[in-house]
Parts: sequence; C-alpha cells; structure tokens
Amino acid sequence: MTAIRLLVGTRKGAFILTSNGQRTDWSIDGPFFAGWEIYHVNGSPVEPDRIYASQSSSWFGQIIQRSDDGGKTWMQPGSDATEPAVSPDGLPQGESNKFVYDTSEETGKPLSTHQWYDGTQHPWEFARVWHLEPSLDDPDTCYAGVEDAALFKTTDGARTWHEIAALRGHETGPDWAPGAGGMCLHTVVLDPENKDRIYCAISAAGTFRTDDGGKSWKAINRGLHSEQIPDPTAEVGHCVHRIAIHPSRPDTLYMQKHWDVMRSDDGGDTWREVSGNLPSDFGFPIAVHAYDPETIYVVPILSDSLHYPPDGKLRVYRSRSGGETWEALTNGLPQENCYVNVLRDAMAVDKADPCGIYFGTTGGQVYGSSDSGDTWAPIVRDLPAVLSVEAQTLS
Amino acid sequence: MIRVALPYHLQVLARCDREVTIQIDGPVTQRGILDALEARYPMLRGTVREHVSLKRRPRVRFFAAGEDVSHESPDAELPKSIATGAEPFRIVGAVAGG
Repeated sequence: MTAIRLLVGTRKGAFILTSNGQRTDWSIDGPFFAGWEIYHVNGSPVEPDRIYASQSSSWFGQIIQRSDDGGKTWMQPGSDATEPAVSPDGLPQGESNKFVYDTSEETGKPLSTHQWYDGTQHPWEFARVWHLEPSLDDPDTCYAGVEDAALFKTTDGARTWHEIAALRGHETGPDWAPGAGGMCLHTVVLDPENKDRIYCAISAAGTFRTDDGGKSWKAINRGLHSEQIPDPTAEVGHCVHRIAIHPSRPDTLYMQKHWDVMRSDDGGDTWREVSGNLPSDFGFPIAVHAYDPETIYVVPILSDSLHYPPDGKLRVYRSRSGGETWEALTNGLPQENCYVNVLRDAMAVDKADPCGIYFGTTGGQVYGSSDSGDTWAPIVRDLPAVLSVEAQTLS
Repeated sequence: MIRVALPYHLQVLARCDREVTIQIDGPVTQRGILDALEARYPMLRGTVREHVSLKRRPRVRFFAAGEDVSHESPDAELPKSIATGAEPFRIVGAVAGG
C-alpha cells in the first residue's frame, strides 16, 4: 500500500501530514520546532525517512534539523571533525548551523560584494537557509540555498556545510541585488541524468547552471524579459520565482518568473514565454505532473502589488500542453472572498497513480487533489502561514 | 557555580530547564560564560552569538544585576552577584513588535 507524507514548513513550526494511498484521511503531526520559521523540510529520494529541515529565527539564527525516522524524532547533527560527535552527555555537537562563506584564496572569493538597495556594494551576509535539496542518490548529501544568495553542500548528513563558491563568484555577482524578500537562492534543481548538472535560481539575479558539479556556472536567462529592471533582457537581474523539471525530460524546464511563465527545451540556454491564456502570469510556484512532462501547474496571483488571487477566487491553472493553453481548476477550492497567496516552495506532486498535487497557503490551509487537480479538498485549514510543502510517496 | 537563564527557544534546543549552571575558572565575563555554555550545550553555538565572529546576535540581550550589559565588552568582568551565583546571568530574546 502506498502512503503519502507531506512535509509542511510554516511561519511557526513544521507539520507532517500522512495518508494512505487513497489520500482521503490524513493524520496531522506537529508542530515540530514550534515558534520557529520553517522555510523548508525535504526528504531524501533514496532514503525517505531521512529528512532535513531548515529552522530559523530573527533572534537565534539558523538551525538545521535532521530526522532518520521519518520525522518521529529530530536532531541537530554535526560537529567539528576534530571533536567527538557527541558531547560528554551524549548530546550532538552543534556545527550543523554553521554556514560560512568561503573566502579562502584557493577556492573562495575574498571580499566579494553584491549590489545593495541603494546601489552601493554590500558584503555577503548569511541570513537563513531557504531551500534544502537532498541528493538523488546519497542520503548524506544535501544542497542548501541560502540568503544572501549562495549554494552550500553537505556530504556528511548535515554535520558540516561548505560553500560551492564558484556560483557566488560568477562574474555577474557584484551586480546581483536583493528582491523585497532578500537576496535568496531559493531553488535548487538536480538533473536526474547528469550528476554534474545543477540549476539554481536567485531573486533577483536569475537562473544559473553548472555542468561540472559546481566548479563553474553559466547565467541562463536568455529569453527572459523583465520590465522591472533597466535593461529588460539583461543577462542577470531577473526575479525568477521557481523552476521545475520532469525527471524523464530533464532538458525541459518550466519557470514561474515574477511576471511570466516560461519554458526552455535546451537546459535553460533559451527561454520562451508560455503564459498563454492565464488570467495573470504573476505567481510563485510551478510544478510538473509526476507522469506527464507536458502537464504543469501554476497558481496565478493578481500582481506584484496585490499578492492575492484574481477576483478573490483560488484557482490552480493546469496546462496539458506544456504551457500556452491553460484551464482553471476550481472544484473544491474557495471561489469567493479568498485573498491568500501560495509561496514558491508551497506546491508539490506525489508519485501515486493518479498523481496527487498539494499546495499550502499563507492563510494556513493545505489543499490536496488525488486526481491530478480535477477536484480538491482541504487537508488542514488553520495552520500558520505555509512556507513550503513537499510530498513523499512511500511504499 | 554560575547560573545562566535561557529564553524559551534556547531551552528547547538545549533540552534543558530555564536555568542552567556552568563552571568557570578565572574572571567571570560574558565571553567566559558563553564559551562554557556552548561547550556544555554545543547545539547553542551560533544561536546567541555568531559563528566565527563571536559577536552577539543583534536581537539577543544580556542582563546582569538589573542592568543591560549587552553593549559592554565581552571581556569585562561581570558583577559579583553573577560571579557568586547569587543571581543568574540572563540571556534574553529582545522584545519586538507591538
């Protein structure tokens, strides 16, 4: 029997929602790490009970939590390699939250800066981990996208983290500037067929790709058009909100940009707009159906000034043609007086059959569909504002 | 024995009570207290003060003997009441919001 486990990060803790393959009855566990902002919770594809969570607070900084039993118990892994793994009382040492930019002469970028809101140069300052992307084949390896924008990697189960500094050292790095939410690296996509190919998206710099495991990076924003920057077709400066791929066709990428839904069929080298008949092409999340690489989902939001759905109607839009032609999915979703938002990491699909799709809102609702989006039902209604949703399909 | 009072969220992280005790050899200073606290509860590293720079996080406050000593030198000796354990060195999450 297949089971579905949803990993939900909120403004005030993490929650785990579990159901059997029917996806009709759900148990809700949590809050875990109550009172902390949980930007992302994500499980290993090869060892689903290995789960990583990003826990942060404006007061007490960043914490990385790890579970090895599907979220029943959690720990802060990590210690300096020269120290014992546990304290004299058996408690884990605490270096797992140490995200230090690589400023070494050999591999880092000493004294590098980026553009600040007033146009001056500003040093990189770590704020939090936005996104955790576990390796596709090793449960101890995980990537972390952080603010200020940089990519970190652990290969020891989050005991220690090391920056992949070549990304931040890209020649355009000094031109990157923060969006309203900070300068965050919020999306990490791993190519399932090529271990050396990784995609990252940064607000507000754009999308970058490495083909050599992180040693060098290429800005891949050709075809993007952003009226919010002085040169709408500049190499960098675009506020990319989310990118997604289907594992069977990794050269095809979909993007929800600040405005515009985009598609690339050449690994991001070129993009074309596929917003088509959407009521608004502003939004945050984008997801691909588990079995059909041409079926994609977005949640249109009215505008960058009005972060709520058009007409007060919460509608997921589905395209079965890889964009351009979209249909509204409304059955079971509120169609009046709804003014919530759905954030970039807050939509996910499962791998059950038929494909399930889930999203969480800033109003604290998590909705699910067990029929590829045809009908929806709330799984839980009154959580804190939802920041992220990940779906695990358990055998 | 030095007494240290922790805010709620750090109690949860360290799996300890509101007040913990630590031992310090030599002068009792902020730095000495935090070094000993982090050695005893390593999961608190990076939460009270930054990794590497060891600067106090901006929204963390230190109170001692009824005074806010957050802006004092980390190497300044703390009042006798802290050194003797008559009262706790208080680590506080700054008040924020309305």
